[in-house]
Amino acid sequence: MQNAPSLEMQAELYMKMQVVRLLEEAIGRLHKEGRTRGPIHRCDGQEAVGIGATAALEREDIVTSTHRGHAHYVGKGVDTGRLMAEIMGRATGTCRGRGGHMLVADREVGLLGGCGIVGGALPVAVGQALAFQVRRQPSVVLAFYGDGAAQIGACHEAMNAAALWKLPLVFLCEHNLYGLTVHARAQSSVADLASRAAGYGIPGEIVDGNDVLAVHAATARAVQRARRGEGPTLVEAKTYRLLGFSTSDVGGYQPAEEVAAWKPRDPIPNMAARLAAELGADRVAALDADAAAEVERAVAFALESPLPAIGELDAGEYVKGAA
Amino acid sequence: MAELRYAEALHAALLGEMRRDPSVVVFGEDVGVYGGVFKVTRDMQAEFGPERVRDTPISEQVIAGMAVGASMMGLKPVAEIMYVDFLPLCLDQLLNQASVLPFVWGDQVTLPFVLRTQGGAGAGAGAQHSKSLEAMVAHIPGIKVVMPATPADAKGLLAAAIRDPNPVVFIEHKFLYNTRGPVPDGEHLVEIGKAAIARPGSDVTIVASSRMVLESLKAAEALAAEGISAEVVDIRTLRPLDTETIVGSVRRTHRCVVVNEGWRFGGYGAELAATIGELAFGWLDAPVARLGALDMPVPYSQPLELATIPDAARIAAAARDAVRAGHG
Repeated sequence: MQNAPSLEMQAELYMKMQVVRLLEEAIGRLHKEGRTRGPIHRCDGQEAVGIGATAALEREDIVTSTHRGHAHYVGKGVDTGRLMAEIMGRATGTCRGRGGHMLVADREVGLLGGCGIVGGALPVAVGQALAFQVRRQPSVVLAFYGDGAAQIGACHEAMNAAALWKLPLVFLCEHNLYGLTVHARAQSSVADLASRAAGYGIPGEIVDGNDVLAVHAATARAVQRARRGEGPTLVEAKTYRLLGFSTSDVGGYQPAEEVAAWKPRDPIPNMAARLAAELGADRVAALDADAAAEVERAVAFALESPLPAIGELDAGEYVKGAA
Repeated sequence: MAELRYAEALHAALLGEMRRDPSVVVFGEDVGVYGGVFKVTRDMQAEFGPERVRDTPISEQVIAGMAVGASMMGLKPVAEIMYVDFLPLCLDQLLNQASVLPFVWGDQVTLPFVLRTQGGAGAGAGAQHSKSLEAMVAHIPGIKVVMPATPADAKGLLAAAIRDPNPVVFIEHKFLYNTRGPVPDGEHLVEIGKAAIARPGSDVTIVASSRMVLESLKAAEALAAEGISAEVVDIRTLRPLDTETIVGSVRRTHRCVVVNEGWRFGGYGAELAATIGELAFGWLDAPVARLGALDMPVPYSQPLELATIPDAARIAAAARDAVRAGHG
């Protein structure tokens, strides 16, 4: 097991969570102003999962994400300016504005990548991990999925294959209690999705998804196991989606008492209090200011960036040359 | 030049590419120990080991998804989906991943994989093991679709597909595996995206794919005895389509029959007929005739089954009608 993160690393994890929160709040404002396109899926309240888990990875490790991936993207090290530009459909975006917020990829930092089909990236993650194994590369794949994706057939196929071949893969279930508007109790025969790991003969671990250090520690154990060639682990991070499914969600299905019960567990103020006790309130305020400045820069970069040129559609549908 | 069966030609291509390039890996149901239900991968696991020639669970989504994921990380997977009828089980991976990711991720990944499968009716395999679904796959941008009709093309196109930087769906035909033909020895590549004139002629063009090329050649033989000279164009690649060869032929013969084994409604023949209509309308002396399977499940009982798919007699009849219409 890795040592617990240093205070400096904890400060960095906190700041990254704050960047995600502020970035999404900025996106929310831009959406209200009609300056973004399509539905956007925010992860308010879930930031600790993506930030904590990705912090257990090396740059060469690969992350496959979901439709709710902003914390995964920021955690894996995507430049926030290029991320915002992608969300705003700009030519300077990580995917040149072609993907949008659900389909962000950045090969340089090992994000391959966002996926708008619930559970659709899990079979892809199996292939990525297979390539690492066959090519004797020491890297691992971290596959995020949700409690919704846990119910699709591809998830079962992927877990069985990865366990069967002991692939270097970590299944990170971001259990936020809702598949779109439907509560997990109406979608899953079991409350604890980690219990399914036993059916594949792999370890399953439940972790407090609102505690960035706990998520980091559990993921680090799973990553080390995968790197040792011992195969996949299922880490279930219990968390809660404080806002709706997407910007198009009109709400009405999350009981007020449920939201009220989770609000005090918001990972960001809790981590802020922890850090303030160790590093002082001034340092936390400075981290908040840094995060706000970074988001401001990112938004400004995106808004200043040009839209893609229509002419690039003339390149044709195929890649040319030899494989 | 050796005389090989179609299945042996595929085997030769795969063997050659695996020996040439260590990043080529094979996986699918029953491809390892057993050597594939049509024996295309026979003895390969013994030579290359279970890591490069891998039996998979019956998990089509993982087979296709693995091809996507492994190819973006530097391998060149040749994945097998045993029957084209099973392709819908993994269509998400083709439609929403393979077709999408290279473009929408802003050219950051290439997906050099081949998905081999086989289709076709006539073997009494029933409605869930006899379909021809090439139109469904050929509808998807960014994916190439290849359907060889001869052993030589089976070898040359499979080798070319493995070397192609794009996803290629490679559709074989269960009735062609045992057909024989001359196949060039050693390295043999056939360019993807080029049709072939399987038989030259001057009165009518028959555009066909896969086993329907063989039926069309039989039809052309029968028509020749009646004094009708039919040209048979073997499409070979359904996407990207070689419109130049097809349209060039129709402009010479002025009549055209298109024939595919898939369902007629919304089928690949509709794409061919529309393309010919757009590019050769002024040269046509008769409407493009379109043959395909009856729009229904493939029945099990033999007379019913055979009645649902085009054959040489029906192709010849359609060609005859086109020629007569042209004279009328």
